[in-house]
Amino acid sequence: MKPAPFDYAVPRTVAEAVAALGDTRRKAQVVAGGQSLILEMHLERVRPELVVDINRIPELDGMRVEGDELRVGALVRHAAFEPPDAVPGPLGTLLAQAVVNIAHPPIRSRGTMAGSYGWAHPASEWCAIGVALDATVELAGPDGARSVAARDYFLGPFRTARLPQELITAVRLPLLGENTGVGFIEHRRTHFCFAQVAVGTTLTVDDGVISDVRIALVNSADRPLRARAAEDALRGSELGALPAGPRVRDEHPFARAGRIAAEHDAAPLPEPFADVDHKRRIIAVLVARTLLQAANDRRARLAARQGDHR
Amino acid sequence: MKTTLKVNGTDHVLDVEPRRVLADVLRDDLGLTGTHLGCEHGVCGACSILMDGEPIRSCLVLAVQADGRSLRTVEGLTGPDGEPHPLQRAFSAEHALQCGFCTPGFLMVAAGAMDADPDLADHPEAMDHVVGSNICRCTGYGPIRRAVERAAQERRTA
Repeated sequence: MKPAPFDYAVPRTVAEAVAALGDTRRKAQVVAGGQSLILEMHLERVRPELVVDINRIPELDGMRVEGDELRVGALVRHAAFEPPDAVPGPLGTLLAQAVVNIAHPPIRSRGTMAGSYGWAHPASEWCAIGVALDATVELAGPDGARSVAARDYFLGPFRTARLPQELITAVRLPLLGENTGVGFIEHRRTHFCFAQVAVGTTLTVDDGVISDVRIALVNSADRPLRARAAEDALRGSELGALPAGPRVRDEHPFARAGRIAAEHDAAPLPEPFADVDHKRRIIAVLVARTLLQAANDRRARLAARQGDHR
Repeated sequence: MKTTLKVNGTDHVLDVEPRRVLADVLRDDLGLTGTHLGCEHGVCGACSILMDGEPIRSCLVLAVQADGRSLRTVEGLTGPDGEPHPLQRAFSAEHALQCGFCTPGFLMVAAGAMDADPDLADHPEAMDHVVGSNICRCTGYGPIRRAVERAAQERRTA
């Protein structure tokens, strides 16, 4: 099928875009990259009466560090996160590890991080990372700008706290300190599928003690999820010796955290080829492996820094 | 809606309905049928072209969104004298096509990647992303990968 007819607006400023969205009698959709929206319009599962194309609003482009946060404008494409040094520190590593799991280069050249937040697919890598890291979503509406914490923003599949007349102008992510390691692993059937499950973790260790840990669960509930119970089980405990190989033994704290994430944090929905039990098993394994990956990443960072000082 | 598409260096001024995707306008209005439509879901990649040098799925971009942008399709790969592009010669030499339906998409994704990274052949992960971008259902991906590597190496030594 082809998209059904719609009116098309091309605002040049955020104010013009908000004005275009203000007429709530018409069902409107904002298009940035359009890599989810235009597909759904092809299938006519989404039939907007008005499409507001924000691609020609220069003030929405670009990302920059502001204080201890990274501010990602609404037109920053997925591909911008591929270079490992595009974003400073461990956050840049985490985003670069995650981004290659988002479709392919011709999709990543168009799709945007803010667009993922607008779409709010439960299998979105960006959204789960944002929830786990305490990202902030910036919205512009007829009553001015407001910020919503990612943890309060996602309400369910494709449902968010954004009002129909509001535009996402940016997503802000806190930068990660150098004593933090990161990991990200995605499990899917083929390269062309969405994640059955993906997990991203950050692990902060001070004096051998896990001072902070964040666990992002992708496609593990009806919305992006942070595995708080699993985090609580690890926070404050000794890191201890790391397993030598890729395998994490069942009695290791990382494996225990994985089981807690799978049983207590996750609320997976069944899908073809991935029923609930299967997803829980994947979650348990991926949480343990990404925690190990993050611990090794942190160790490598420390070694590199000590090498610099020599 | 009045839309100017700059395709392979030529400006086309068109009146386009906003609902129409770029691939349809290229094929039906401009007669550039080298851009193929397979899945129309952004998955297969047969419709891939370059917009301002970057690979895009022309089935997932509205034609009106391309207003004023510079587009390159498979018809624009050959040189001014009709000489095939190094990628086209390499695809032939490496037997990187059988039915040819997916070929224009692979050629354009590879052309964009080669322009963006002259050392593409030395970056196996980047090669994985290029070859993994599109779907081929007859040749398999080995010959396509060899063809892109050959063209990238040839371009660098030229």
